[in-house]
Amino acid sequence: MSIFRLTTCCLLLALFFIFIPNAYADDENNQSISLWHSYRGAERNALDLVVQQWNQDNPETPVSPLSLPYEAYANKLTSAIPRGHGPDVFIAAHERIGDWSASGLIAPLSKTEFTNDQQKQYHDKTLAAFKLDDHIYGIPLAFKNAAFFVNKNLVSPENYPTTTDDLLAICQTLKQQQSGAFCIAYEAGNFYHHAAWLYGFGGGIFTPDGSVELVRDKNAASIDFVKQLTDNGYLPEEPSSSLVAQLFNNSKAAFVLNGPWFMGEIKPNIDYDVIGVPSVSSKGNKATPFLTVEGVLLSSRSNKKESALRFAHYLASRVGSQIRLEQGNQAVAYKPIYNSLKDTIDPKILQFTNLVGDTIPMPNTPLMRSVWEPASQALRKVLRGSATPVDALKGAQHQIKIVTRPAPQSANPFIYILIALVVLLAGCWLAFRKMKKSDTLAQMKASGTAYAYVAPAALGILVIVFVPFIVGTAVSLFSHRAGEFTFVGLSNFWNILSCADYAVDDPLSFYFTLFVTVMWTATNVFLHVFIGLCLALLLRDPWMKLRGIYRVLLIIPWAVPNYITALIWKGMFHKQFGAINGLLVWMGIEPVSWFSHFWTAFAANLTTNTWLGFPFMMVVTLGALQAIPRDLEEAAEVDGAGWFRRFFTITLPLLKPALLPAVILGSVWTFNMFNIIYLVSGGEPDGGTEILISEAYRWAFTRQEQYGYAAAYATLIFIVLLMYNWGTKTLMKES
Amino acid sequence: MGRNPGIVKVILANMAVILMCVIAIYPVLWVVKMALTPSQAFSLSFNPLPTSVSFDNFHDIIFATNHAGNWLFGHWLFNSVVVATVTTLLGISLATSAAYAFSRFTFPGQKLGMSLFLVTQMFPGVVMAVPLYILLDTLGLLNSMIGLTLVYATTAIPFCIWMLKGYFDTIPKDLEDAAIMDGASRWTIFTKVILPLARPAIVVTALFSFMTAWNEFILAATFLGDETAFTLPVALQRYVGSYNTEWGHFAAGAILVSTPVMLLFFALQKHLVGGLTAGGVKG
Repeated sequence: MSIFRLTTCCLLLALFFIFIPNAYADDENNQSISLWHSYRGAERNALDLVVQQWNQDNPETPVSPLSLPYEAYANKLTSAIPRGHGPDVFIAAHERIGDWSASGLIAPLSKTEFTNDQQKQYHDKTLAAFKLDDHIYGIPLAFKNAAFFVNKNLVSPENYPTTTDDLLAICQTLKQQQSGAFCIAYEAGNFYHHAAWLYGFGGGIFTPDGSVELVRDKNAASIDFVKQLTDNGYLPEEPSSSLVAQLFNNSKAAFVLNGPWFMGEIKPNIDYDVIGVPSVSSKGNKATPFLTVEGVLLSSRSNKKESALRFAHYLASRVGSQIRLEQGNQAVAYKPIYNSLKDTIDPKILQFTNLVGDTIPMPNTPLMRSVWEPASQALRKVLRGSATPVDALKGAQHQIKIVTRPAPQSANPFIYILIALVVLLAGCWLAFRKMKKSDTLAQMKASGTAYAYVAPAALGILVIVFVPFIVGTAVSLFSHRAGEFTFVGLSNFWNILSCADYAVDDPLSFYFTLFVTVMWTATNVFLHVFIGLCLALLLRDPWMKLRGIYRVLLIIPWAVPNYITALIWKGMFHKQFGAINGLLVWMGIEPVSWFSHFWTAFAANLTTNTWLGFPFMMVVTLGALQAIPRDLEEAAEVDGAGWFRRFFTITLPLLKPALLPAVILGSVWTFNMFNIIYLVSGGEPDGGTEILISEAYRWAFTRQEQYGYAAAYATLIFIVLLMYNWGTKTLMKES
Repeated sequence: MGRNPGIVKVILANMAVILMCVIAIYPVLWVVKMALTPSQAFSLSFNPLPTSVSFDNFHDIIFATNHAGNWLFGHWLFNSVVVATVTTLLGISLATSAAYAFSRFTFPGQKLGMSLFLVTQMFPGVVMAVPLYILLDTLGLLNSMIGLTLVYATTAIPFCIWMLKGYFDTIPKDLEDAAIMDGASRWTIFTKVILPLARPAIVVTALFSFMTAWNEFILAATFLGDETAFTLPVALQRYVGSYNTEWGHFAAGAILVSTPVMLLFFALQKHLVGGLTAGGVKG
């Protein structure tokens, strides 16, 4: 009967589920055009207004917009469109059209879909951004380019610099007049921002034949220039985007190099101007920031192409542009609107449009996507004084060469399938023989009750966890380049394990990263358990009068989403402005440049993750402590056993069965704790503090989407953890 | 231990715990400060206390509407509560029964089963997202809360089974033997003896399952296709843009997301400690 009741319970639960109104499912007869975007704030409101207007004018083909978080956006597009669940139109920046056209998510617009006359209405540079091999892939909506923001309190308009010499002169005076203020603040360690100087010094990224060449004297000179700014104290150290905003808002930075989105971060009481980036005196060239163009793209899988195209034009041209410009503060790509609205446009927006001539559209080839990470790393390396510009650029060039190396030779899948089949059959045969020998079948028949208790959980996990995992692992036998998967057998594994790309002692080699990961896991788990255990022991005693409040306060680190708290910790580790260095200075200790050295960066990651992780262990231990009869401990106390003895001979052994699972699982999770590494150290210095999972993510998402290689990393992670599991089991048996 | 602790011990213990509380809260004070400051900049100063108080950021999130005029926050909160609650109920009910079997029966495949449950925790998410999308699509569970809840529950179940099994193992067997002598069925023992005794462990696993579902956003954003179907963390993540982040909104959202978790914990913690009546397990 008992099994029957259990099954009934599960069925009832399942029924409850199914009857939750499932109003959100795809509607096959849905006539509306679906539009995906990741706009927020004023831009999003403006887009919603355009949609409202369109829906009034075109009730037969309404548009339904979906606003998605940026972090899930690209992934969702690449998963959904090929399976027919994608949008009809979507808004995206031009930089990824290379990937998307190669994988068939978008198709070029024909001359009838986007006629020459229509094209003439848009800024040339915005059109160029959406062009790839003479085809145009989207209708430009708006552009974003970097410019100089000037704080008028610190620099008066007659002193606005037009050349870098002017800039340096102003910096010199400012430094003398205003102590504690910086002349210029921007994300100097980000290649996006650096591009302005790079092109200003006459440097570049691509050779005429389309390959990457970073090692150039002019590129080095541009980095040297920024290094001088830092060394002279004109530019703060480790300038993050949040620090930049903070300095500008407190009138502690005269100039900021940033894009129009920065306007939203400036406090209303700051009086500022937007001017062009000064030209480089020694070269006479204009500094040339990157131009990012957002456009509306048509999904190649849409079945409402005609109406979707009409909406795309509506959004991009007069009606849409006016709303987006007036309500969304966008610098729109549609030129005619500027004449008709001349007098009402925000002069600062107009300033960005005036400066568009001195920009260069960010390259849209898939190759560019492998340049960001190494180039930014090289910049930061120079800025913190660990390498000369030329050496850093050489390192970046080498890294790019590795990332963009050709795919391994395709392999014949039949041999692999054959081997897999033989192994599978042999395994089945062995298992069968063992089962026959030990009478397992009879035992299994007798264990019906046990299986019934386990079955519901096992079934769910089998379908939802194992099936995707097997599919995911199979990907590691393929190589992914520009939307095409080729079967390469074990080449990915061979490349990783044989250190084909990096020497064993290189921070990016598998073995080095594995070592860091193991160390990371061990130290974290130790600290989590130690702190959690201590607190739990303190918080169970009735004489801790406020323990209810303490407990709730202590789980706060676990309860608050770690995306924001991890960044706060990163800010606290800032060299010049962080609270931790503030504390050190207060205690009379030299401030530490946390992210310049391996051990300090590791310690920063470790501190953050310990802070995040101890509440969980505390809660688990608090629960586990309840299973321990208190009278045993009290009896031992009466016998005169000291605290330590009592703890190690009574409490800990009794806690072990309940605590061990948490420790094992905790180590597995910490092993794969991607967020903290990514948000706090970001792998600094030079990828040294990267752990295996964050390497896998980088291969999957920032290094030309080499999913096969990333899957091979993930499979290796899995194998390492399996070995760990096997090791702990053996250890447990021994003890 | 500690029937009559000395005053020095009480003071030292309280000071140690208060220090940890300060460390736990200190970074979060900035979240509160950013949430209460109308600007959207990320600001860190030595003083983590707000200098001005404005509820604009909370107002913006709570009263956000979409183009069709739907009250989004209401939808999101409802969805989050439903998804997290169902995940917890489903996870706990499946895990307690499985953990009981693993703890009290011997059957072929027992060890392998436990290892396999652990193994699921080792799968790195990076290989799972796209295959999961395809799987849910094949099962027709894409764009539905059912699919999402199933994914969350199966992610949480292995942990719950391991935790509960470990705890069940610490409950003395003689209690059950006595019940069997009295003629109680397995089911009665499970529901009437084991479950009440395991309350602290069930609370831990429930809290864990709830958090798994409550804070996740990547899968939710990928699997759900309608703004009114999103959960709270997805909505929160929308303030993180490609160029910059609206930190004021994000911080206010983070507080709104974490408050229910703390309330839940506050409500549950009396079961976490002191849930057992004396004599129950002393055997």
